[in-house]
This record gives sequence, C-alpha cells and structure tokens, in this order.
Amino acid sequence: MLLIKCPWCGYRDQSEFSAQGEAHIERPENPHDLDEEQWGDYLFFRKNPKGVHYERWVHVHGCRRWFNVIRNTATDHIHATYRPGDPIPALSDEETDQPA
Amino acid sequence: MKKQINRLEHDARLNRRKSIRFWFDNRVYEGYEGDTLASALLANGVHLVGRSFKYHRPRGIYTAGSEEPNALVQLEEKAYTEPNRRATEVEIYEGLIAHSQNCWPSCRLDFGIVNSWFSRILPAGFYYKTFMWPASFWMTYEKYIRKAAGLGRSPTEPDPHFYDKTHAHCDVLVIGGGPAGIQAAIASGQTGCRVILADEKSEFGGMLLSENILINGIPCHEWIESRIAKLKAMSNVVLLNRTTVTGYYDYNFLVANQRVSEHLGPRISVNSPKERLWKIRAKQVVMATGAIERPLVFADNDRPGIMLAGAIRTYINRYSTLPGKNCVVLTNNDSAYHAALDIADEDGQVSIIDIRTSPSGAMVDSAVSRGIRILANSTITGVGYSRGQLRYLEVMELSENGLEVVGKKQKLPCDLVGISGGWNPTIHLFSQSRGKLRFDETHHCFLADQPSQNNPVILAGSCQATWFSKECMEEGHAAGCKAARRAGFNADQEFDGVKTGQLEYSPQRPLWVLPTSHPIGQGKTRHFHELHNDATIGDIHLAVREGYESVEHLKRYTTTGMGTDQGKTSNLNALTALSEIRNLSVPDLGVTTFRPPYTPLTMGSIVGHDCGELFVQKRKTPMHPWHDQAHAVYEDVGDWKRPRYFSLGNETMHAAVQRECRQVRQTGGLLDASTLGKIDLQGKDTRWLLNMLYTNAWDKLEIGRCRYGLMLNEHGMIFDDGVTTRIGENHYHMTTTTGGAARVMNWIEEWLQTEWPNLEVYATSVTEQWAVASLSGPKAAEVLRELTDIPLDEESFPFMSMRNGQVADIPARVFRISFTGELSYEINVPARYGLALWEQLMETGRKFDICPYGTESMHVLRAEKGFIIVGQDTDGTVTPMDLGMDWIVSRKKQDFLGKRSFDRTDTSRPGRKQLVGLLTEDPEFVLPEGAHVVSELKSSPPMDMLGHITSSYRSPNAGRSIAMALLKDGFNRKGQTLNVPIMNGTSQRVTVTDPVFLTGND
Ligand SMILES: [Zn+2]
Repeated sequence: MLLIKCPWCGYRDQSEFSAQGEAHIERPENPHDLDEEQWGDYLFFRKNPKGVHYERWVHVHGCRRWFNVIRNTATDHIHATYRPGDPIPALSDEETDQPA
Repeated sequence: MKKQINRLEHDARLNRRKSIRFWFDNRVYEGYEGDTLASALLANGVHLVGRSFKYHRPRGIYTAGSEEPNALVQLEEKAYTEPNRRATEVEIYEGLIAHSQNCWPSCRLDFGIVNSWFSRILPAGFYYKTFMWPASFWMTYEKYIRKAAGLGRSPTEPDPHFYDKTHAHCDVLVIGGGPAGIQAAIASGQTGCRVILADEKSEFGGMLLSENILINGIPCHEWIESRIAKLKAMSNVVLLNRTTVTGYYDYNFLVANQRVSEHLGPRISVNSPKERLWKIRAKQVVMATGAIERPLVFADNDRPGIMLAGAIRTYINRYSTLPGKNCVVLTNNDSAYHAALDIADEDGQVSIIDIRTSPSGAMVDSAVSRGIRILANSTITGVGYSRGQLRYLEVMELSENGLEVVGKKQKLPCDLVGISGGWNPTIHLFSQSRGKLRFDETHHCFLADQPSQNNPVILAGSCQATWFSKECMEEGHAAGCKAARRAGFNADQEFDGVKTGQLEYSPQRPLWVLPTSHPIGQGKTRHFHELHNDATIGDIHLAVREGYESVEHLKRYTTTGMGTDQGKTSNLNALTALSEIRNLSVPDLGVTTFRPPYTPLTMGSIVGHDCGELFVQKRKTPMHPWHDQAHAVYEDVGDWKRPRYFSLGNETMHAAVQRECRQVRQTGGLLDASTLGKIDLQGKDTRWLLNMLYTNAWDKLEIGRCRYGLMLNEHGMIFDDGVTTRIGENHYHMTTTTGGAARVMNWIEEWLQTEWPNLEVYATSVTEQWAVASLSGPKAAEVLRELTDIPLDEESFPFMSMRNGQVADIPARVFRISFTGELSYEINVPARYGLALWEQLMETGRKFDICPYGTESMHVLRAEKGFIIVGQDTDGTVTPMDLGMDWIVSRKKQDFLGKRSFDRTDTSRPGRKQLVGLLTEDPEFVLPEGAHVVSELKSSPPMDMLGHITSSYRSPNAGRSIAMALLKDGFNRKGQTLNVPIMNGTSQRVTVTDPVFLTGND
C-alpha cells in the first residue's frame, strides 16, 4: 500500500485516496473550435507509460482535495505531490530515466 | 494410554509439570505444555499422520516448523474445525482433537492408495489434460477427482470465534526472533525508538531453541531468556510472538497475523479474538527471518520417519523427543553432523551417510571421536517401510560424478532418517517487497540482491547465509543500529560480543537428487522433490519431454510449489533438477517471484470484524422506525434501506404495488424521499456553474423557482438528473439521484478545484441534513392545507416552485415538483424532525385515505408518465436526444459539459438506440427487464437484436402491462410490431409506442 503525501494533510495510507487518471489535461477553452480528432484526443487518449507518470489523485476519505502526483508506474515510487496550479516539480535526469 | 516412548530425560522447553491429553484419529495421547501436535505425536511414537494429496501415500512429520509439507491435519470438529493445519505449528492444549486428512476409511488403511497403483493415469499435468477433454468429461470425473485428491474439509457451520484487526506504526520492525532478530531489537530498542519484534513461533529464540550450545558459558536457552527479559523491560518495544509477518508491500507496509488465543483451545478462547491481523507501517524493516533446511531427494524419500536433520535437533533440544532408536543422517554438508551428535548425546544409535567423496574437517573429527560411523561417498537407494514404521535402508556407493550408484547394496536397520542438503535463506518477504534475488554459487541458494524500496530493508543473520549464531548476533546488532539511525535516532553502542565456540564447516557437495539402482522415473520407487502435491523428479522429466521446460510452465504442469506450503522445501530442488535435465545453470533458468502470504491466512483473519451486521453499513432515514412498524419490505439503494412497498396483511409484492399505485392516483400517497442526494450551492458564480453542469439554461430562473436538469459527462452521455431550486440571490438547492449523490458531489468538486479554481462556489452535501416526505395525489393539497400556513392555491404556489413555511409546526421547505405526474409536494424538514413530520402527515392523511408507498410503486407511477430513471433507462451511452428530450438541451448556450460531443460522428448519427414505449400483445404479460427486442424470430441465435427492455411493469392505472426500451432507430419504429424472445423459449409480440402511458396533471 502506497504512502501518499497529501499536500494539505501530510502522509496518509493509500486507502484514503482515489486515483483519478492522468493529470494536466486542460479542458479546451472553446471546445467547438476543435476538430473531431482534437476533441477525441481530449476525451479518450491518455498516456500509459512504464515509468514516470503525472497523475491526479483525490484525498477522498480525508480533506477531499484534488492534487497531482508524480509516480513511477513500474516501481510505484512517488517522486512528488503538489497542489493544482502549483508549478510542476522538476525531476532529476536520473529520476526521469528510471522506468525499471 | 500409551507411554511417551520417545520422550527424553531433560525438560527442554516443555513444562513437565503440566501434562496435556489430546486426541488424534480417535486415540487419546499425552504430551506436555509446550509441545506441538507434531512433537507430542512423535514423543508417542506416531510417525504416520496422513495420506498424500494425489497418490494417498502414507506420510509422516517432515519438519518442525511452518515449512511443513506433509503433516496437515483437520483440527477440531464441527464449527471449530479448521482444515490443513500444520501439526508442526499447532500447540497442544487439554482436549485438543485432530484428525488426519485425505484418508478413507482411515490413515492406516486407506482405499485411495489405489491412486498410487494406478499412478499411470494420474501423471503430471493430469488436471490440465483433463480440462482439455470435452467439458462433459470433466463433469463426469469431477466427483471422483475431488474425492480422491484433496486436502481437509472446510467447516459447514458458522465460525463461533471473532477476529480482530489493528493498525500499528513503528520506527523499526524486526521480523524474526532468532539470535539476529533479538539482537537487532535490543540494539534499536536501546535508542528509544519504537520497535516491534515479531516471530511466528510461540517462543522467541529461533534456531537457538533447537540447539544446546553455550553462549558466553551459559546454555543458549538461558541466554535467550535473559535477552527477552531485557526487551520486556523496554516500554518502547512491542513483542509479538505467535505472529507471522505474511506480506511485505510498498513503502514498508507489512501485514502480520497474530494467533492470539488458539493455543488455549477453541472453547476457552471464544471470549478473546482468535487471531489479530496487524497492518504495520514501519519506517525501517530488519529481516532476520532465518533459513529453511533443504532436503535431499532419493528413492522413496517420502516415507514416514524421514525428516529434515534440523527438525530432529528441534525435537531433541526443544521438545525433549528423539523420534527413533536406530537413526541415520543423510547429508551433503556439515550442519547435519550436529543432528548426529545430538542423537549420540541422548544415547541414540546413529550413523552418518555422507554423499561427499571424502568428508573431513572439524565436524567430521568430532563425530569420529564420538564413535559415530560415517559411510562416505554413499547414498540411500531404497527404503524399507511397513505398518507405519521405517524398517531399513538400502545403501550403495556413489559413482565418481554422483549420478549413478556402484558396488554392492547393503541393508541398514533404521527407524529414523535425518536429511540435509544445506540451508535456504528465507527471503520470501524480501522478494515480496520487490527486491531482486541473485543465485549464490558458494552457498547454492538464492540471496537478497537489490532492495527496491526507498527505505530499503536491512537483512541480518542466516537469511543472508550467515550460519553461526555468533555472526548472526553481530549482524543483528549492526542492523538494529543502522535501522534506528535511519529512523533518526542516535545509535552508536558497540556490541559487547559473544563466545559460542561453534566449529567451522567444510564445503558441501552440490548434489541433491540422488541416484538409485535404476534410472530416476522408472521402476517402482519414486523421488519426491515436492511432498505436498506429490510431484516427483520423474514428473519434471515428463514435463520437459512434453515441452513445459520454462520454470513457470514446469511449476504449473507439475504443481510444484503450488501447495499450501508454497514449496518452501521443494522449489529449489525442482529448479536444480530442471537445470540438470536442461543442462543450464539455475540462474539461467530464472526464479519465480514469491507472493504473499508467506503462510496461509484464515478467512476470519482477513475479514476481521467486517462481517455479519458490520459487513456493509446501513443508511437509514429518520422515518425508518415508522417503516419498520408498517411492515415495509426494503430495497437496497446504494447503502440506503428504502421501503420497496408496504405489505398489508399477507399481501404479495405484486398486490401491494398495484394497490399503492391505484391509491396514489385516486387519493394520494406518501413516499420517503429523504435518500435523494441534496447539494447546497452558494456563491456568486453558482449560476455560471449550473449552466456548465446542465444542458438547459439557468440564467432566468427566479428565486423560489425550480428547474429539472440533465447532467452529462464530456462524452455527452447522461449520468445524473434532478431538480435544482433557487433559494436566494446566489443560493441553490440541487437534488440528485439517490445512487448518484456522491458521484455528482465529486464531479462538482473536481471541476471547481482543478479546472475553475477561480469560481466562487461552495458546494456542501446536505443529503443527511434534510428529511423529505413526498406527498402526491389528487388529495395532496387538502392534506397539506391542514398542516401548513403556506398558501397552496395555484397562483401563490405554482408548479415547479418552492415555498418556506411551517408544516406540522416544523420549519420546512416545500417544493411543488412531481415524479408521479400527480400534484405533489416534496416537504423538506431538518432531519431530526423527519419522523415527526411523517407521523403527522400520515395521521392527517388517514382522513383522506392516503397510503404510504415505496420505491417499486414510485417506479411504476413514473413509468406510467414516461419519466426516466437515470441508470435504469440510461446506461452511460445515452444522450438527451436518444431519450427524445431535445427540449432540455439549450441551443443558445455557447458551452456546457458534453455539448461538443453532440457533434461527434457517432453521437450525431441517425439510427442510434432511442427510448420508446412497448405494448405487449397480451396486455397482462409483463416483459422481463433486460430482454432483447428482435425484428424477426428465428429458431436459434443470432437474431438481429434491436435493443433491450429497460423498464417493465404491470400498470394498474393503464390497466395493462407497460414497458420502455432502448431500440435502434426507435423513434422511426413507432407503430411497428416486433418480438421479444423470453428465456423459457416463448416469445411476445410487442408494438412500439411513445413511452408515455397516462397523460394529464402535473
Ligand atoms: Zn488531505
């Protein structure tokens, strides 16, 4: 079970959280300006890397806040967590190249 | 009662003042407090304790611990019974009852032994081959196979015990309470950090309990006692004996199972938890899990009386039992010489068969000096066994390469064999924690290599192939200090050091599968490398011949390592045998990953308190006590208990629903709608948010007015609906479906927190704060008028509006909205007044002949009017247009969630599934929900499926059955006659209509 640092509450067990998929997918400002493929990208296409993944979680059985997690999907190592709107923490080259 | 013929003079770890009587296979025996079932049986001269899984061969006690593959027993009887318990782990208590397993009619005379005679029909891969036959064959043979091959029986009565769970946090978790673990716990405990020391055995001490060495001049058992006393004096150290760490997960999260009261006997222990599951989050973990002895594999090595050499030491030194008179030790290494020396110390006859060509060194010298006979460069080629006892061994010399035997066969009288092929470090937990293993060519075993976790586990002692207690203690001390330091504590004490005087070992001979006078896999003898599941070296040859030569295939094909012992004593010998057959090195073959749990967990322990009444929480409305008294029959909606109907006398559900539905339209009815999701929305941007969440426009909604809305996801598909009311300038009251309340709340929160954080909107769930009684029917206004000061005339309180006021002297919000199509008032009061409101409404309503009604009637009533239920008439693939609800989709709004998707090719294509009504040819026939609708009936599938029935009822007000369905191109099919095949082979003709079956009213 992962140990996740909620940016508001601190370290808590994974069972208090819910994973919400890929992070940083912005809703297009004017959806009707998008062609079918662009809208399809927004709706359906998600990254599925073996390695570093930026994802959205919610502290659902806690403060009920949404936030972002940088997690390695191969090792389950969590590099960082940060609030929505905060700058994305930089990873070292070593961390980024670590698919394992 | 028989005497304990194998009991020795000394007390060992037993309490000789307390004798205990127990029953095994309906015979009574006596043992002492401190005995396991295995040690007590061996003390009584009982070797034969069960029959093997597949061939029903007689089997005995093979080990002295949790790695036991053979001695599985059915513990206790009736509700207390537990199958597959290891006799080597069960501590005896007064009145214990155990039975051998897999024997019929008895362990001594077992008819299943025919399996052994017919073993040619039960080869490796038998189950897989069986499954590949036509399925009907399996059905025929299943009964026979299940009876013939199997383990214990599960209890048929409810478990009278209860089980506990606990969460714990510590700085250092030490797994294993042997010399290394004890020293690690002391070293870290001395720094003041929080330590948990867990050990699976009843007593701490690990391997030292099986020894008789002196540590600093005092007997090792006394040394353990002094160390444990030291630990007990530390208030920051938690000592958990009888506690197996079974799982090692991410971020140093570990699961341990504590057997709290089993050793007291089941009838005494019902008042305390039987087991407790510990969920431990440790900052640092020290693994001092020890090692498991590796067997040697020879002809008929599965006979009772053959056990691991180390187990003999345990029975002698811990349990004061020497389970034989004429003993032989078969070994490829020096450690087993200790067993021979211990036997000699107890005046037992013992000889050593050493497969090494010319064994030498300190251990050999000390055996020779004790007059122990050593047969070098020899092996056992056959075993004489009869009537529950080992009788003799056949011994021959090994050829130079050790792959054949040469010379003359000699017979050795013998009733106990101790075998040793060296030791395997117990690195299961390390592997579970995703640590990488490597094969070590010096010790011929897998060792921990790269740990994977951020706070990597620290190993100490024989789990990393450190064999001597002195070094184990030194490593334990260092590991304890390191762990405490990493956890942020000052740990700089030196280890005061110990003297043990243990002798050096000479190298072992890397040979484990031993030859006999004919090729392995042929002839009558068998080489069992896997005792639990009856797999032989011959099976490995067969698997390779048939192409199953990778480790993962071999494992499944021969079932090696797939028993309840997970192959603790068999995996490496299988790998070694495979490597020899395929002429590859063990590391080249690869290794299978260890999975939790390390030893089996009971279902009770996993479930804990989460069973019975506590399995799922029940949500009840404030009116629930009234419903109970009115004989409500409940329906589960999410966690809610909602009255489905109220049964009068012996009324069936059908009769009750027909009556309730008629009465609501004739006079009126009262529905408990408290479970409806309710969200309070406030803030100046709430209107903007509503415009994004719903398909229709919210700009012109006046204060005090209500509006129905459909909520879509970004795919344009409906996922919830409800009525939202404007309470004040920037204040709205939103309702959702009962089941969708949490989903909608999360939906709103996610958009507010992540996409539109600048909006000023506060969303609060108020579902539990309001109790809601929905009064519906032609007499609704008359009933309400008697209880309220709110003017109810059409002009002052029109449809789709809300008024504040008093109802039955309770402050209330009353909404004039309707889900039945009748004049309806949804009366919301603070939850604590819910029951009072309901009672008053029913009391007053009685004069007007109104009735309470449940969700089933609500479903019928809304269907009569063609109102949808999200999640029943929709399934996540349905747009508002598919329901014919174009009217609710704003053409003017630039944007709302899901709008863009209306233009997607698939969403906008003609001929999508659309909601229609269906009328059956036989007006009394109620179509099954979920049934398919086809245009043309054929004698067998496939038929062209047009869609399915979403709702279907007998409507008392329409006087016939009614149904709704999602049909391909449904709107264009109105008037068509179609068919619905029914499960029982009949079918029903239906006519497509509008999904509105009654018209008029609100
Ligand atoms: Zn939080």
